[in-house]
Formats: sequence, C-alpha cells, structure tokens
Amino acid sequence: MTLGAGFRIALRAMSANPLRSLLTALGVIIGVGAVIAMVAIGQGARRAVTEQVQALGSNLLTVFAGQVQLARIARGDPVRTLTVEDAEAIRKTVPGVTGVSAEYSRQAQVVYRAENVITQVSGVTPEFQEVRNFRPARGEFFTDADMRGRAKVAVVGKTVADRLFPDAEPIGQRIRIRGVTFTVIGIMEEKGATSFTDRDDVVFVPLATAQRRLFGVTHVRTVHVQVASAEEMPAAQEALTELLRTRHRLAPNQDNDFTVRSQADILQTFTSVSQTMTLLLGGIAAVSLIVGGIGIMNIMLVSVTERTREIGIRMAVGARRRDILMQFLVESVALSVGGGMIGIGVGILGSRLITRFAGWSTLLSLQAVLLAFGFAVAVGVFFGLYPAQRAARMDPIVALRHE
Amino acid sequence: MSLIAVRNVEKIYRMDGVEVHALRGISLTIEPGEFVAIMGPSGSGKSTCMNILGCLDRPTSGTYLLEGTDVTTLGDEALARLRNRRLGFVFQSYNLLARTPAIENVELPLVYAGARDRQARARAALDSVGLGERAGHLPTQLSGGEQQRVAIARALVNSPSIILADEPTGNLDSSTAGEIMGVLDRLSHQGITIVLVTHEADIAAHARRHVTFRDGRVTRDVLVRA
Repeated sequence: MTLGAGFRIALRAMSANPLRSLLTALGVIIGVGAVIAMVAIGQGARRAVTEQVQALGSNLLTVFAGQVQLARIARGDPVRTLTVEDAEAIRKTVPGVTGVSAEYSRQAQVVYRAENVITQVSGVTPEFQEVRNFRPARGEFFTDADMRGRAKVAVVGKTVADRLFPDAEPIGQRIRIRGVTFTVIGIMEEKGATSFTDRDDVVFVPLATAQRRLFGVTHVRTVHVQVASAEEMPAAQEALTELLRTRHRLAPNQDNDFTVRSQADILQTFTSVSQTMTLLLGGIAAVSLIVGGIGIMNIMLVSVTERTREIGIRMAVGARRRDILMQFLVESVALSVGGGMIGIGVGILGSRLITRFAGWSTLLSLQAVLLAFGFAVAVGVFFGLYPAQRAARMDPIVALRHE
Repeated sequence: MSLIAVRNVEKIYRMDGVEVHALRGISLTIEPGEFVAIMGPSGSGKSTCMNILGCLDRPTSGTYLLEGTDVTTLGDEALARLRNRRLGFVFQSYNLLARTPAIENVELPLVYAGARDRQARARAALDSVGLGERAGHLPTQLSGGEQQRVAIARALVNSPSIILADEPTGNLDSSTAGEIMGVLDRLSHQGITIVLVTHEADIAAHARRHVTFRDGRVTRDVLVRA
C-alpha cells in the first residue's frame, strides 16, 4: 500500500466524524499555538531588553567597587579602595579611553518645604554628561569649579522635579539633603524607565560635595569609562584591570577588589535570563502538546475498536500487518499534522493579539514554529504507534466476526 | 497437480484451558475448475476448514498444499500475499467497507497488490457482475443482492485461483439468492474454482461435488450430476 492510499483512507475516516476529529486535534492545536505564542513572548522580551541595554551605549565600561554580580544583590559598602585617583589614572594611562566619570550614589531623603522624597543622590563629575550621554534639559549642570569648591548645587531628575515641585519652578529653589541646603540649578532631560529602574528618579550633586559634605567618604562606588570604539573594548578592559590591580597592590593570588562590566556582559546576563524564561514558557506549553497526544491515542484506540470489522476485511483481501499499521499511523499523524497547521495559525494570531491588547512585545521565530510543528508530528507518531500496533496484531478471523 | 491438497489436517482450539477439536484429521483434494459445496451442521468444522483453506488460519497439524506450496510453513506476510493474489472471499454478510463507493471496495485487493490500472480493472470486474452503472454508489445505497455482487466483483478482481464463498446467500431472499448463484454458475463455467459453504440443499445443488462435515470429519464426499 502506498502512502497516498493510506492518506486517502485516513482522510475518509476523519471526515466521517468531523467533530470528533476536530476535538481530537484540538489538544495539538492548543499545544502548538501555545508553544509558538509563549516563545514569541519570550523572544519579544529579549529583544526589548536588548534594545534598552544597547541604548545605554555600547562603548561603556563600568567599574564597580568590590565583587558585585549582576544577578545578585550588591554588597553594602565594604570596599573603599576605589577612588577618584583611580579614575584619574584610568583616564591618563588606559589606551582608547575618551572619558571617565566617577560616581558615589546612595539613597537619601530630599526635602523641599513640606514635601520630601526618598531618592538616589548621585555624586558625579561634570564629565558624567558626556560619558553617560545624559544632560540637563533646562538650567545647567555643575562645573569643575563647583567640584573644587564642593558647591552645594543640585541638578534634579524629571521624576524628582515633578514630585518635589508639582507647582513651583524648580530652578533656584533650595532643597535639603541630610541637613545640607542645596540650590537647584538644573533639571535633567527625561530618560524614561527601563524594565528595572526609573532613570529620572535621581538628584545629581558634585562628587566632592557628596563625598565630603553628605556622606563623609573618600572612595567612590562606580567609575564609568567611555572607550573610543567597540573594537578597543577588550584591550581597554584588560589594561584597566591590570592598572587597578597594581594600584590596589593586589598579590597575584588575590581576587580583584573591583568588577569591570561592559555593556556586552550586562546584555549577556539579561539575554540568558530571558532565554531561561523562553525555555520555561515553551516547556510549559510543550506539556499541553503531550496532553494533546494522549487525546489522539485515546481516540485512535476507540477508532481501532470500532473498525475491527474493517481491519478484518482488509486483512482478508490481502492487507499485510504493516499495511494496517501504516493506515492507522498515517491517520494519527494526519490528525496531529492537521492540528499542528491550525495551531501555527492560532499561535501567530495569538501573539498578534497579545501585542495588541496586552502591549507586550512579541517576536515570532521560524525556529519555534518549525520546532512546535515537528514536535506535533512526533507526538502523532509516538501516541499513534500503540493503537496502530493493536490494530495490526488482530487475528483476521476474530476481526471478521466482530459485530 | 491438485489446486488444493489437504492431508490429515487437525485443528485444536484452546478455550479457557479446554481443548476443542474443531477438525479431527481432514483430507481433501480439489482440482482446478471444480465447484464444491461444503455442507454440514453448525459446529461440524466446515467454517474452520474454510478459514484454513482461505489462509486466514493455520492447522494444528497436517499439511495444506495450495498450488503445490505448503502454506503451513509460511509466515503472516506470505499468507497475506496468497490471500491477496490467489484467493477471493465472499462472505454471508457481504463485508463491504461502509462509506466507501462500490468501485473502491472492488479496488481494495488491488490497492494492497500495488497494482497500477486499478480503476479500469475494478470497473471491468463490476461490469462482469452487471453492476457497472452503480460503481459510484455506497453500500447503503445498494440492495443486499447488489452488495453481494460487489463483494463477488471484489473477490474476482485479482484473478484468483479459487473463490471461497461462505454462505453467500444466507442473508438473501430466494429470488436474489438465485441471481447470486447464477453469477457463481457463470464463473464456474468460465473455469474458476469455487468452494461454497452452505446448508441449503437447493443452493448446494448448483455445485457438482458435495462434501459433508460432521464432528470435525468428512463423512461424505460425492460427485453429483455432471
């Protein structure tokens, strides 16, 4: 018997009971649709994160004090070895560096008259504007002279400005941070929120002011290093690490007391997180595909019993056992393939609807579609095999007498 | 060479641990072109004998040569091939596939034979039983006699050596039964070997040899009018 003949028999058997066939295939339809839609959500999230991280600038190295790891919570403030002098040394000796900005940030209460907010107070150098590409929208940023004079001036982020001065003009107002009075001289441009932080919920003050007047420290927490091009990043990272190890007098067997991260590292971390999420979502969806396969097996067993007489007739006129096996296998695969094809449509439509109504970014991938479809076919073969074998092993005499 | 040569065939079934001797040593020889009626009460072993002749079942002991080949040693696959190429079955209850047009029912053996000109051959077989115009009808749209004629066409389509007919008129009224026997008579005149199981004397009268079974043995084997 040819495959084409087997397919025609399967088609006739399925169209004899269209509702039953549809309900049987429904498990596979939902399974394939769910896999495609879930993977699309995962991939969409990954693309969104990638775009956000890339928007931060691809030529940036960030040096953190201490051994911090992105996926874990950073330790309090135990490492005091990273300093402004380190930042200056990096600027002077590391090749390819075009800008350096040291930063000391902490959460603090900011008070204006009766209003107060808890926000991030960041002590930075004027170079911060170029290095992070983050500038005041109105007013001005502080200068090197303000740094030297430890001036009590502040530039507020959009979120802080909105919350602290809902009605008043912020520039020229006096605010108090940890008992010290600052004059607001500018408002930063709006950067918007990433998935993780509100980049406008911040108050910038001169680094020297933050260190001496506010927090009483001499070290910094972060140094942002801008490198001329992405190609020079690895060399710069290496030279920087070497420089800091020398400056901090670390013995060869000692760990770094700082961490250097490039945007590529950060991107990789987020990518692996979203990859895990995609796998998880896809895996859950795949379970429903297996459940769909069990539904096919159930109906195929019923079908084999119902068609015992037919099996006997076919054997009497010369069907071999493998002809019968193939006939029922083709039928279960046809159910799962049909379900798979409808499921692809459902999955694509589903991800469109998710994007439209939930506003989540989704990304359809051909790989996921092919994988889900291939899995559906495999499910059809796997769960069709047992009923088909049962049909093929029937005794023709018993089958012919079956009522 | 005889078409069918059965020697000392026994068939023992085991039902709930009890041995049932369905056939107790049958010997039977059938030559090409014979028209044989097998008769006997129910439980006499005639159906078991037909199943063995039809290669649907294997004897417990003894030999069965079909066209000189010992089929008792053949595997499932070879038996299926014999049923497909050398044997044609006609059943009491027609055994046509439901929801399948007459012509496709007739084509069925050709499908498993992997034949090419299936439609033309199936149509020729239907024409030979006078049902050429009803090729597209479903079994439910045909009368009992017509359904049995479709079944005969299906049995004929692979040009078998023997047609095995098990009570082919059992479900039909006498005039329709007469038509069916007319078809079988005509096939016999064309030289096709027919083995017919029946317990009606007037149906058996169409055959030229009567074999009677009783308690798993052949008790009578006579030639009747030429």
